[in-house]
Parts: sequence; structure tokens; C-alpha cells
Amino acid sequence: MTLPLLVFGWGNPSRGDDALGPLFVERIEAGKLPGVECLTDFQLQVEHALDLHGRQRVLFVDASLEAAAPFVAARIAPAKDASFTTHAMTPQAVLQVYRDLEDEDPPPCWLLAIRGERFELGEAPGAEARQNLEAALAWAMQWLAMPAGGSDDRS
Amino acid sequence: MTSELETAAHPENLRRVAIEPVSRVEGHGKVTILLDDDNKVRQVRLHIVEFRGFERFIQGRPYWEVPVMVQRLCGICPVSHHLAASKALDMIVGAKLTPTAEKLRRLMHYGQILQSHALHFFHLASPDLLFGFGSDVAARNIVGVVAALPEVAKKGVLLRKYGQEVIRHTAGKRVHGTGSVPGGVNKALTIEERDLLLKDIYQMVAWSREAVAIIRGLFEQNLAEYNAFGRFDAHGMSLVAASGAMDLYHGGLRARTADGKTLFDHFDYSRYWDVVAEDVKPWSYMKFPFLKSLGADAGWYRVGPLTRVANCDFIPTPLAEHERKEFLAFDGGHPAGATLGYHWARMIELLHAAESIKDLLHDEDITGTDLMDQGKRADRGVGVIEAPRGTLIHHYRVNEDDQVIRANLIVSTTHNNQAMNEAIRQVAKQYLDGREVTEGLLNHIEVAIRCFDPCLSCATHALGQMPLEVELVEADGTVASRLSKHGDGSFQR
Repeated sequence: MTLPLLVFGWGNPSRGDDALGPLFVERIEAGKLPGVECLTDFQLQVEHALDLHGRQRVLFVDASLEAAAPFVAARIAPAKDASFTTHAMTPQAVLQVYRDLEDEDPPPCWLLAIRGERFELGEAPGAEARQNLEAALAWAMQWLAMPAGGSDDRS
Repeated sequence: MTSELETAAHPENLRRVAIEPVSRVEGHGKVTILLDDDNKVRQVRLHIVEFRGFERFIQGRPYWEVPVMVQRLCGICPVSHHLAASKALDMIVGAKLTPTAEKLRRLMHYGQILQSHALHFFHLASPDLLFGFGSDVAARNIVGVVAALPEVAKKGVLLRKYGQEVIRHTAGKRVHGTGSVPGGVNKALTIEERDLLLKDIYQMVAWSREAVAIIRGLFEQNLAEYNAFGRFDAHGMSLVAASGAMDLYHGGLRARTADGKTLFDHFDYSRYWDVVAEDVKPWSYMKFPFLKSLGADAGWYRVGPLTRVANCDFIPTPLAEHERKEFLAFDGGHPAGATLGYHWARMIELLHAAESIKDLLHDEDITGTDLMDQGKRADRGVGVIEAPRGTLIHHYRVNEDDQVIRANLIVSTTHNNQAMNEAIRQVAKQYLDGREVTEGLLNHIEVAIRCFDPCLSCATHALGQMPLEVELVEADGTVASRLSKHGDGSFQR
């Protein structure tokens, strides 16, 4: 059975702050919240559009060099961007793939971009990144409790 | 076979064009092209601008952690690293795999081949092939493919998804799987899981056949251009089975010269350093492997689908073998030596992977429960596998405290380093000489690189990255013009 809420975090756990996405998912999963499915991957790709089927809401979570600390959360819409041409797509591009393949709009989706600083192979997440993660998790608790169709942007 | 375009005689007098980073390949690559005042190409290089330090990441770790942690070296083919490391560590623990363990690993591996090849062909390469290398950049992407050929795009997504499901059921998880361990596997495939995968495999075989037909049709429509595009002669190396069959999981090393002479055959890969060495060049972080018997200048070679399909004596699944024969016979064998022939060969391997998955799912051993073996401990292990992009070598030394004290990895893209340089030099000569540089022309360079499906870096990424910037720099260092590709795919001069 498809659960109504999906939390999808991505990144490489062994590349410093790039681990923020998988760590976020790990923490949410540990809470065993009813109706919430947690998925993770190294990066987003076309097949992840299929994970959006039948969801009420979806939260994408990634580390970001551009987001203001501690995090930026915003509703996202399908978009054709340059990431269509890479091995690592943006969530907006994944939504576009969903729309093109299914000929319908994807479920309401948010992107939670947690500020990261360092992405070196073999490094652990930094102290600042971990603080940003805690702030993002606190926001996510509100998002997960939000009624269907609600909005909670923070940017 | 070293190209005259590797190093120009007087680079200080030339204009410089840089393509950075290369899009639709993984990681951070940069192409520099030096042009003279008449826009004649004088020097072309593919640079790798990131130093990864794989070996340091692994050294000091307990050996049993290695098959899991090496997956984090690369977000594109983690399963290949998982399996190559496991094979090396089988030697450390003295294991001879049980039939079930080997077949489950093969199933995982063919799942990886299927999903990787499907993504590359349907979503990264097909926009160039279907719309033209110099076509409108706004349409030259997967959205354009979806709009023009929605069923093709959807099959690509579902083939990719199926491969990922095979990995999930054999590795235990979608990512960071732990299925393969030194000495075997730690997860059996249940009857329910097997039946779930069996349900869709015949559809996957059928779609894989269609994929071969698509690339064959594209060759037929564009024969002269496809045969000539970025073409160069090269030696080739791959694993083959003892029977001479294509075997992407295990075998001995076979190398043949560009004119078909066998240099070595069924060579025991646990002593790969007897036949392969690595050269360094001051302008690239990536090494340049070569066949030792031919020396650094003449001994560079090609790996991956094109080499594998041509190097084996036969493919041990009937539909793919039929397509291999057709490929090698087509137009007097010219596509089998063409850089764009990589795409055709890759789809033959896609079909082989689908057929192999089908056969393995029908094998009684696949649901067995005898999963592990262990024997006499050794201090050195080498694992070699044919990853989606080519031969992948993992080599470890382990001390008596079970710590890895030395690691050496030669990844597929490194084997193809010189070959990719040759391809872009040929394309630069064919398409850029004497002409103004445009986005469409520069994309021809990228098309040549993408034939190899290179993986130049690992799974680091952050939002907002992946711009493309091209600069024309005069001999005195001033920027004559700049071409930028923005995040939304638009270009600006």
C-alpha cells in the first residue's frame, strides 16, 4: 500500500555535509510516524518520478550550498531545467518527468534545502551542518502534521 | 597512435576554448581547445579537474567494511564497486563462492547493467541521436524526447526502474546495499521476490530488443555521419569467459590490437599489473593506463560495451548473440569501429542483461540458501568486473589486524582516458576547424565524450551546480568571447 506522505532525501553519506539528506531521512524514519514513507538515494533520477504515485504530499530533502542557513523550505513546481541532461536531476525536473509521463500534475511537493558547507570525500558532516539539520527536523515535524493541502514555506 | 593534437608546438600563440563542465556526464570534466588565428584546431584535451583520493578513503578500514563503503565512491555505479570489492575480498578470505552466491551476485550485476545502460541511452544520449547533435538546445533533452516519443521515454524509465528493483531484492536495499560480502552474499532471494521479478522480465526483454532496433535504425538513417563521427583505431581490453563468451561478472583478461591481433588472452587478472601500467600527464589528474607490452605512447586502449561486444567470441544469450552478429556484419563492420557504435553495443548488452536476468530467475539455485564460504586467509586480493562503463579493478592488501593497508582502484573511465581524448580530437578536426564556435558545434565534442558514458566524479552534488561555460581566450590572455549555459538550459553570450 502506498503511504500518503513521502520524505525523499538524497546525497552521499561519505561526502561531508552531502550526508544531510540521508541523515534527515534516517531521523524521520526512526520516528516510525504513521502514514510516512522514507526513501533515500545518492541522487535524483528519472525513475524517482514513479515514487510520487498516489502520494498526498512529498518532501524532498537535500544539502545545499546556496540556501541560507539553517535551511530553506518551499513548495516546488515542475520545471524543465538543465539538470535534465545530467546524472543528477533537480526535484523540479523529476516533477516534470512525472507530469510528462503520467499526463497529470504531480502531488504537492516541497523542497527542504539544508545549508551545507563542505562536501569532501571521507569527511563527516560539520558542526554547523548538524545544527542546520536539527532546525530542519523541527520544521519538518510541523510539515508532517500539516493537513492535506496546507502550505508551510520558509524561505 | 598518440594524436598530434595532444600538445601544440606553440600554445602561447593560440586562442583557448574551454568547455567546463561537460554536461550529461558524471562529475567535473573540462575540455580545452586551442585555435589559431584561422580557427584551425591545434590542441585538444579532456581534463579531469577533481582529485578524488579514493585509496586514502579506504586505507585503514577493516576489510569487511569495504564492499559497503566503496559504494560511496560513486553514486552512478555503486553496485559495480560493491561487487568488485567483494570479489577482491573473496581472495582475502579464501572463499570459493557457492553456486547460489555467485548467481545472486550475477543477478545484482545484470540489474545494474540494465538500469545504467537504460538511463544512458534513453535519457542522456537519445536527445542527441533523435534530434541531431547541433539541433535546438531547447529541445535536445529528455523533455523533447518525451514530447516527440512519449512511449520511448516511458520504457526507458521503466527499464531503469526494473533494474533498480533487481538490485533492491539482491542487495537488500535500494541504495547502500549490503547483499554482497567477502565470501558470498548475506541475503537469499525468496520465492516471492523471484516471482515478483519474473512477472515483468519478459516485457523488459521485449523493450530491450526494441532499444537495439532504435539504435540500428538511427545508424541506417545516418550511416556515413555515424561511421565517421569521432572515429579512431584503438586496442581493446575486456574480461571474457574461459569459453570466449562475453562475461560481465568474471573471466580472464583479453586484449586485442586495433587490427585484431591478440596480445594476451584469458590472462589471470589477479596479476593485472603484469600487463597494464598507468602513465601520468601534467595536465590531468586522471591517469593514462596502457598495455605494458606496447609502451605508454602506443599502448593505450578502449574498454566498455564497444570493446566487449567485439572482443568476445559469442554472447551466451540467443537474442543478444543474434544482435551481436548483425552488428559486426552491418555495413562491413564499420559501426563496430565507430565511436557512436558504443550506443549500439550498449543496447546489445542491455538485451543481454535482460536475457541473463530471465535465465537466472529460472535457475533453481537462485533461491538457494547456501550463501557463504571461507577458506585460507590471504593478505592480497584483486577483484575485476566489467562495470557498465568498462573494466573495473579493485586491489587490496590487508594486514594481520584485518585493516586495509593498500588499495588501488582503476575505474572504467580511467581506462578510457586516452580514448576519450582521441575521440574529441577527431571531432574537433571534423567539425570545428576553420569555423566559428557555436553551442551546436561544442555539443559535438560533448556527444563524443558521452559515447563512453564516462563517470568523472562521484556522488557529490548540491543544488544549483552544473553550469556550462565556454571561453575564447586570446594569446595575450584576454577573453574574446564567452558562452554561458544557465540553470534553466538557456544560453547567453
